[in-house]
Amino acid sequence: MKDASPAKPYALHLGVIILLFALSFVLPDYHHGLLARIMVLAVFAMGYNMLFGYVGLLSLGHAMFFSAGLYGAGLAVIHLGWSVPAAFAAGILCGALLALVIGVLALRTSGVAFMIVTMMFAQVFYLVILYFASWTGGDQGMVVPQPARVLVLGSTSLDLTSPTVRYTSALALFSIVLLITLAIVRSRYGRVLVAIRENEERTKMLGYDTFSNKLVAVVVSGTICATSGAAYALLFGYVGSSFASVQYSILPLLWVLLGGAATTLGPLIGTLFMYYVVDITSGFTSAYLLIVGIALILLVLFFPKGILGSIRQRWLGWLP
Amino acid sequence: MMPLLTTKGLSRNFGGLRAVDNVDFALMPGEIRAVIGPNGAGKTTFVSLVSGRIQPSQGMIVFDGADITSLPAYARVRLGVAYTFQITSVFANLSVYDNVALPVQRTLTDGRSKGAVRTGVMAALERTGLADRTHMLAGQLSYGHQRLLEVAMGLALKPRLLILDEPTQGLADSEIDNFIELVREIAKSATVLLIEHNMPVVMQLADRITVFNAGRILAEGAPEQIRANTEVQDAYLGATHD
Amino acid sequence: MAFGPHLLLAALEGLVTSAVLALTALGLSLVFGVMRVVNVAHGEFFMLGAVLAWAISTAISGHPALGFLAALVLAPLIVGAIALVAERLVLRRLNYNPEATIVATIGMLYIIQQLALTFYGPGARPVEPPFSYRILLPWFGYSGYKLSIIAASAFLLLATWFVLTRTKIGLIMRATQYDSETAQAFGIPVDRVYAGVFALGAMLAAVAAVLIVPISQAHYLMGQDPLLLSFIVVIIGGLGSLRGTLVAAVLIGLSDGIISVFFSPTLAKIIATLLVAMVLVFRPQGLFGTASR
Repeated sequence: MKDASPAKPYALHLGVIILLFALSFVLPDYHHGLLARIMVLAVFAMGYNMLFGYVGLLSLGHAMFFSAGLYGAGLAVIHLGWSVPAAFAAGILCGALLALVIGVLALRTSGVAFMIVTMMFAQVFYLVILYFASWTGGDQGMVVPQPARVLVLGSTSLDLTSPTVRYTSALALFSIVLLITLAIVRSRYGRVLVAIRENEERTKMLGYDTFSNKLVAVVVSGTICATSGAAYALLFGYVGSSFASVQYSILPLLWVLLGGAATTLGPLIGTLFMYYVVDITSGFTSAYLLIVGIALILLVLFFPKGILGSIRQRWLGWLP
Repeated sequence: MMPLLTTKGLSRNFGGLRAVDNVDFALMPGEIRAVIGPNGAGKTTFVSLVSGRIQPSQGMIVFDGADITSLPAYARVRLGVAYTFQITSVFANLSVYDNVALPVQRTLTDGRSKGAVRTGVMAALERTGLADRTHMLAGQLSYGHQRLLEVAMGLALKPRLLILDEPTQGLADSEIDNFIELVREIAKSATVLLIEHNMPVVMQLADRITVFNAGRILAEGAPEQIRANTEVQDAYLGATHD
Repeated sequence: MAFGPHLLLAALEGLVTSAVLALTALGLSLVFGVMRVVNVAHGEFFMLGAVLAWAISTAISGHPALGFLAALVLAPLIVGAIALVAERLVLRRLNYNPEATIVATIGMLYIIQQLALTFYGPGARPVEPPFSYRILLPWFGYSGYKLSIIAASAFLLLATWFVLTRTKIGLIMRATQYDSETAQAFGIPVDRVYAGVFALGAMLAAVAAVLIVPISQAHYLMGQDPLLLSFIVVIIGGLGSLRGTLVAAVLIGLSDGIISVFFSPTLAKIIATLLVAMVLVFRPQGLFGTASR
């Protein structure tokens, strides 16, 4: 977006990916598993950041996109016996379609009303999952059977339940989405999104149909979140209604705020940081939501730009 | 010759107030037209109706032979109606380059060539004399430069009709002279509709002047005619101009 | 039971729900109307009211009415004080920015909920009603206490309405709601009005909870449904419109009671939430309200 040469940001992002790859060989089992999970959820956060960070639309309902992917993929395996790639695609498609419908409706509102409307649609989605408990497993959730979680590619088959395959798949997904996000943000479209965030009225008067641009952003954001959900179902083998609850709409907001809204790497850093904070403190207290609550308040009060946002402001202006 | 812009019976009510009242207006291509009138005369409401920022209560707007009354603002911009804001509203947190790149990239149908955006941006910045400030944040520019950036953004849209809403407000005298030159330059390729309070600027620039009062057109004519019009003097010049 | 009496029972239950809901939603509506703050933690103030009512009534021995009355006075005061502190420490520093305050009140929601879990525990505990007189109707007996909830709520609503429309405090609040900058210019301490309104909103929720707790038990998650229902009421009634809020509360309370007799509660919630979202999308001024500023 800035006129700086594209080399630096791309080098940085490739460096992060290589670092994560190298970590898979040195991390102890426990952290290896945790990091795989964090990378998948960081994709969720990146999807959220697309809308919140770059377009300035604060949604309180992104759990529905994540769980559309989660259930779309999970139930396709459980009830229809679909293969891993087909189920993955089904999950993504579910999220994209849902995002399109929600976008058309919710974008008629703005500001606080947008937040409440998205929260209510997500609540409806959550209740629907509970209501159709015979298919979704209700609040108990369902386990995606281990034998079905094998990715067959020609003659080789990859067992997604093996830690190495799981880590590598999570990293591959994370890397692809990260580079896609980077490309979008640096593109002309990314410039328009930021313009809408900064001053929508002015952007209209430059000839942009801001509604359509925002709608595309909602769909892209929802699709990325659904991709994360679909991967979660297939890699970790569990679909559950708690992923559709309000809490999972708040968490990506928290991760993005913490890492730095409108930074491409912020979502990863925020997710990583928050996960480890909860992990470390879980030795002292089971009430991890208490930490979430305190973190939210401290962030909006004292640190609204987040970690990378502050670094960009002080030192590294070129950070995308 | 067919007018570029016509309005017929254009009206807009705000509650009980008729801010624009049954206005018939015509603007010929290539003209520099100034719209003057006391505060609250309905000038800004009128150009907001033309640009599509607000919807009329009654009446119609025709641009280049097509009825645009029900078109949303962005679609009018695409037809060539550009509007620069009265209150400067550049994107303060974006660089000068990005501010101008936004209108430039919109007018490019070719989605690939990065060079085209850069060429377009630099051309618009050269014309407004901002080329040496490309990488500054727009919010850090001086007020006068922000106004120029606003004009650069309008120019970059390659408009056929450029609406300038009080462009010289807050500019220093030296800046105003440059500005008059700039508008003359712009008028070679676009029709200009100018809302302006500064009478010397109006008299120097305008081919014709339209005087608004209480939501209606009070008078219209060449600068000398307007200057000589006693009605106008009563309503406006005598009252507010020193 | 025949259909008629069944409907009467449902309607009575619905009126009790309406009564409590009207108080809770009024609190939310006041805070939104005057401060333009969407208080997501509102349901937690409700829950705190109930939990405190349990704590106070168990601490006081003797006739249950004694403990209950103490709770009715003390619990709202404590909740109001907590809200006041939260307002000073957080909301004011955020300059009441609408989006930031939503995020912050979500934070408060988690904090209050988890502290209640830590100190109060996961169980649901009853509070004994102050009296247990049953009114005998030809078809069924009905709890006199439930009817007294309706009366108490009606009284409190009238009192609030009186304060808002007939006193100087109300005038100051309305002036602040209408235009806080002008109000400030005319010497109204907007700052203190905001603090007071936020505390008052929380107190209304707490009172509602104290009234309902003898028939529904105190639980650390009990704030979620009132929050959702209050949102629904405030949106249907028109954001910031008091009369709309009351009408909507009765409407929602009654239909909630009647619907939940005939439908599964989950389905009822799905339909209600979806409808309300659609109202917000297509008629943001609410069904009864006029367009806000």
